[in-house]
Amino acid sequence: MSTRIGVVTFPGSLDDHDALRAVRQVGATPVPLWHAHDGLDGVDALILPGGFSYGDYLRCGAIARFAPLMGEVIKAAGQGLPVLGICNGFQVLCESHLLPGALIRNAGLRFVCKDQRLRVETRDTVWTSQYEPGQEITLVLKNGEGSYVADAETLARLEGEDQVVFRYLGNPNGSANDIAGITNERGNVVGLMPHPEHNVDPLTGPNTDGTTFLTSVISHVQALV
Amino acid sequence: MARVVVDVMPKPEILDPQGKAVTGALGRLGFEGLSVRQGKRFEVEVTGEVTEERLEQIRQAAEKLFANTVIETFSVRIEDVSTGSTDGSA
Repeated sequence: MSTRIGVVTFPGSLDDHDALRAVRQVGATPVPLWHAHDGLDGVDALILPGGFSYGDYLRCGAIARFAPLMGEVIKAAGQGLPVLGICNGFQVLCESHLLPGALIRNAGLRFVCKDQRLRVETRDTVWTSQYEPGQEITLVLKNGEGSYVADAETLARLEGEDQVVFRYLGNPNGSANDIAGITNERGNVVGLMPHPEHNVDPLTGPNTDGTTFLTSVISHVQALV
Repeated sequence: MARVVVDVMPKPEILDPQGKAVTGALGRLGFEGLSVRQGKRFEVEVTGEVTEERLEQIRQAAEKLFANTVIETFSVRIEDVSTGSTDGSA
């Protein structure tokens, strides 16, 4: 059976359709989920996409975090559902405390838009299991508030427990420890600022380095059944 | 109608790139020796009297929504609407 991957649309989401298309591209079934929907429709995995939910008012992701569907997302993530937060989705995961730390305005105050080199620091997550250890990849990065911060104790824990998933090669925004993406203790919730869903098709991206996120999670889901 | 003000500031150890940019602009304008950190102010209009219970409710709202306590601190105080001056802090 084809893996069903949900993509949540908040008011102001921007890359939800790119994420749905990426899911289709790898042969899984995309399931669009409106933020006010009352359930997750039995999806096997879930993506919180990029964009500017609620206009980034208050703080990025702060209002989306209280969207009706987020209660379900937090519950399901706690039960092991694979959840990927991309850019604004990462900000929502941090605001929801599904991931530690926070994302603040880029050092230098510029909106950064570029093809960003990254190193895959751990394959011990359901979204990165099929990368090579230490593999260097390039993904689209585009945000104004992507500087990852956390207190010293949290950073030490992330480093010590192998929860840093991606590191920037050439820090573009002042993120602590060059962190581009992290995971929770269980490895089912991953958040990152770069956009794997933009790197799945040679027609529209510089490479297909982002496809492995989806093939990793599909192989995880298929292994469960 | 009473007003409660919630001030939210980035924690001292958190880099404040906006405050830094404003500080730089002040220097260029000739305002010497001034350093700025930038935060947010929320004015909460309260129906009825501001009781300790109401204040506690607003503190909870600040903790949950107005501030992200991973990166920010907040303070809650009652503002005298008639004069615009503040009346103690909490």
